[in-house]
Amino acid sequence: MSNWTKICSTDDLQPNSGICALVDGKQVAIFYMPKLGEVYAVDNWDPFGKANVLSRGLIGDIGGAPMVASPLYKQHFDLKSGQCLEDEEVKLNTYEIQINNNSVEIRV
Amino acid sequence: MNNKQTLVVIGNGMVGHTFLESFVKSEARDQFNIVTFCEEPRVAYDRVQLSAFFSGKTAEDLSMADEGFFENNDIQLHLGDRAATIDRENKTVTSEKGVTISYDKIVLATGSYPFVPPVPGHERDNCLVYRTIEDLEKIKASAKDAKVGAVVGGGLLGLEAAKALKDLNLETHVVEFAPRLMAVQLDDGGGAMLRRKIEDLGVSVHLNKNTSNISDGDDRFHKMSFADGEELETDIVLFSAGIRPRDDIARDCGLETGPRGGITINNNCQTSDPDIYAIGECALWEGRIYGLVAPGFQMARIVADQLSKGEMSFTGADMSTKLKLMGVDVASIGDAQAQTEGALVYAYQDDAEEIYKRLVVSPDKKKLLGAVLVGDAAGYATLLQYKLNEIDLPEHPDSLILPGRSDESVGLGPDALPASAQICSCYDVTKGQICTAIEDGNTTVAALKDCTGASTGCGGCSALLKSVLDCELTKLGIEVNTDICPHFPYTRQDIYNLVIVEQIKSFDELLDKHGSGSGCEICKPAVGSILASYWNDHILEQSHLSLQDTNDTFLANMQKDGTYSVVPRIAGGELTPDDLISLGQVGNKYNLYTKITGGQRVDFFGARMEELPLIWKDLVDAGFESGHAYGKSLRTVKSCVGSTWCRFGVDDSVGLAIELENRYKGLRAPHKIKFGVSGCTRECAEAQGKDIGVIATENGWNLYVCGNGGMKPRHADLFATDLDKETLIRYIDQILIFYVRTAERLQRTSVWMENMEGGLDYLKSVIMDDRLGICAQLEEQMTHVVDTYQCEWKTTIEDENKLKRFRHFVNSDDADTNVVFVQERGQIRPAREEERTLAAASGEI
Ligand code: SRM
Ligand SMILES: Cc1cc2nc3c(=O)[nH]c(=O)nc-3n(C[C@H](O)[C@H](O)[C@H](O)COP(=O)(O)OP(=O)(O)OC[C@H]3O[C@@H](n4cnc5c(N)ncnc54)[C@H](O)[C@@H]3O)c2cc1C
Ligand code: SF4
Ligand code: FES
Repeated sequence: MSNWTKICSTDDLQPNSGICALVDGKQVAIFYMPKLGEVYAVDNWDPFGKANVLSRGLIGDIGGAPMVASPLYKQHFDLKSGQCLEDEEVKLNTYEIQINNNSVEIRV
Repeated sequence: MNNKQTLVVIGNGMVGHTFLESFVKSEARDQFNIVTFCEEPRVAYDRVQLSAFFSGKTAEDLSMADEGFFENNDIQLHLGDRAATIDRENKTVTSEKGVTISYDKIVLATGSYPFVPPVPGHERDNCLVYRTIEDLEKIKASAKDAKVGAVVGGGLLGLEAAKALKDLNLETHVVEFAPRLMAVQLDDGGGAMLRRKIEDLGVSVHLNKNTSNISDGDDRFHKMSFADGEELETDIVLFSAGIRPRDDIARDCGLETGPRGGITINNNCQTSDPDIYAIGECALWEGRIYGLVAPGFQMARIVADQLSKGEMSFTGADMSTKLKLMGVDVASIGDAQAQTEGALVYAYQDDAEEIYKRLVVSPDKKKLLGAVLVGDAAGYATLLQYKLNEIDLPEHPDSLILPGRSDESVGLGPDALPASAQICSCYDVTKGQICTAIEDGNTTVAALKDCTGASTGCGGCSALLKSVLDCELTKLGIEVNTDICPHFPYTRQDIYNLVIVEQIKSFDELLDKHGSGSGCEICKPAVGSILASYWNDHILEQSHLSLQDTNDTFLANMQKDGTYSVVPRIAGGELTPDDLISLGQVGNKYNLYTKITGGQRVDFFGARMEELPLIWKDLVDAGFESGHAYGKSLRTVKSCVGSTWCRFGVDDSVGLAIELENRYKGLRAPHKIKFGVSGCTRECAEAQGKDIGVIATENGWNLYVCGNGGMKPRHADLFATDLDKETLIRYIDQILIFYVRTAERLQRTSVWMENMEGGLDYLKSVIMDDRLGICAQLEEQMTHVVDTYQCEWKTTIEDENKLKRFRHFVNSDDADTNVVFVQERGQIRPAREEERTLAAASGEI
């Protein structure tokens, strides 16, 4: 497993919304929920819409579990597990992410 | 063909047509050739809604026959030809135009004609009746040069006719022979209250008046003289003094008729000749003629059945009615006059609120026999069910009409009704049929209307239909949950009110005070839209940004490959050649696919997220603004070229369209809003298919509301006619804000209207009569929105902070490598998956 890579500073995070980072050639969607004090990282690739768009989806929770809704066809994905809530067989990769001082770090 | 029998249907009115519709679906259909004679110049239309002709409905709108009905069902139609004689010996029917048909069976559906009392002078010009579209055309023509109109007859129809004259801007009088209005249906108390209400509408009522002569007037066209010596001058006399069955053709061929007219029928709807049936208003059953559609429809279905299976028979019908005049609630049920022996009466009268209610109950107080409601007919549907289904009354029957008490008890739960209970009498739809339709997945009022026909006639049953639906959904375990989503236990309208009352300015504040969790893709954009339409802040302010749908976040529409489209506003569709050149230059510079949209403007596709601010900088510099193609907000105001160039145009439609588009651009709403403005009734801008449509007339502008193209097209309703521009804009302001405040999320104006209790009339009363006392507020809110307009793109490109988001990667300037274009017809388009794989293999990306 590779080491932690610094992506950006915490100021670059969008509260209650997402951004996209390029990590080792991979597109990663990063979401920040300040109220929960949580940052999540999953694939930016939308397996249904077949486009790199998930970082631009709306986030929130379903039954308390944090989720993102695809901006193209509105499927929901659990931000912790990557699981698609509409289709058991589809799951996004999730990535370890942490905040270290003021930097956002990720491990792919 | 030759071994088939021939069925001749005489009369293609409401009942004759309903018969044809039922019969072509029956098993016996194939055994008959069908011929029908239609005396009127057009096939059956909805006579019940006849008055709507004055408020802009056309003959086509009112038509009952689907296009191609007669051809598709192989029915030989003789239009504009009256069946003149029946020869029962040789079994033939001969028409006025000389067509002779040999028949095996006949169905008479000749309806009735308006009775004109033989007063001297009744045949003068401008003495008219109210029965057919031609009659209404005559009234319209006469009203042009008239100031005063008088209706003879204060019954149900007479009052409807009076309202129509009033709406034609005539000083209107109703002259009634009896000592009260609606003498058949109401008692004295109800009649007196109704009189006050009718007079409040600005119509003068003259009771106990026996018209004895009509002659030349001194100031007006006619002078009506009454038996009591009084006189009334008027330009138009409209007779509405009752109807008489059209039984002459039956009488001439020797069929049995009643002493006071009407073709006698038995329970099978057969006349004295078993091969001849009679249905509708021409038929006399047990000495009664039913002057309403529902019993006629019932007879039509019975004869269709008689000709095939012979299982159904007629056993009488209910004569309860509800007056369909705007602003006057009147209903009468069953034995309103308490003529049943031993009947007990409860009455409630409130002069201050102009409400009168009366119940007639059986001597043992167990069953409802009749009722009269004036001023507040909300209880009509419930009371009618008590009557029709003989449901036991509550212990204190008066609780059904007393205020205060009535709230809890009048709501006879739909659960209490048996499955056989008739919910819609116009289309004979029972509770059982509705429940089946609900189980089949029709879970909205609109869907139920579509599939059962319930509530598509007089509309009297709409409240009951809704309550049956809600009750059934609850029972099926489909919670009738009107909450917007699990995060807020409120409807959109509740949330709107919370925002106004508590002056809430952000989603977080609302969530803290009234919600739970973190929100979702349903409540966030809905709240974002509410905040935007109320406060009109920039939608990309930090506190609102995370609420926006993807399209709003980037002020552009996301396409299938994650790129965006860019639509600058082109108000009214008007564009100078220089504008076109600037647009072309932008398209060229960024290599964008370019197309004209269905909304009369230019759309650029294939813009990468990071290019959006650059493209918009160029567009803003060239004088363009955001077109809000991404927002639930005003899209376009489509215009035709109008009087400036068009030889038919009567007003400047382009000028008005541009003015309207500039006024309402940026207004956030529950869904997108589209307008159209046409320069004349040829309607080249398709204004009647828009949320707001405006059509120029010789005298101003006609305003149409709540039309829709899209998935389920809906013709707009005519809201008001001949408006000056100032009034037009005031009405639009108020209608739009009322929509913004009260619609559900993602509800277009068409669906909003379809679901509005009271429909168009209610909307009119809110806006024109200020029924809720909120017009000033609505106006104020619109003024605020108009005054605080900003071009969202201009503000964005001027703000470093807002621009931060327009990068694909937060940590790299690279572009998304998955976005690949190929060329087609000289422009780019997104590569298909196989093309992309190919390009990748050949090392092009
Ligand atoms: C671009 C355009 C097609 C075109 O190339 O001509 C278009 C494109 C889209 N339409 Fe449309 N509609 C376009 C004119 C229309 C029209 C014609 C018109 O406006 O006169 C209609 C029928 C009229 C009407 O709305 O009443 C129309 C009825 C719809 C509907 C159905 C709405 C309904 O109430 O049934 C949808 C779906 C929706 O909104 O939920 C829709 C949705 C869409 C969406 C948002 C679909 C989507 O989610 O991607 C498309 C946005 C693409 C984009 O990036 O702009 N579009 N769409 C037209 C843009 C007009 C403009 O200048 O803004
Ligand atoms: C303004 C108005 C409002 C009304 N409102 C209501 C309401 O709210 N609720 C309600 O229940 N009812 C209402 N009615 C009554 C309702 O319209 C009638 O009950 C219904 O139209 C009766 O249908 P019908 O087919 O029997 O007669 P009609 O609809 O009159 O049809 C008879 C047709 O037969 C044609 N015809 C007659 N003789 C011949 C012949 N020899 N050959 C060929 N054709 C012939 C006539 O020209 C006519 O077209 C209203 C009526 C009017 C005028
Ligand atoms: S609607 Fe009338 S004015 Fe407008 S272009 Fe068509 S014909 Fe001309
Ligand atoms: S009762 Fe007339 S529409 Fe249902």
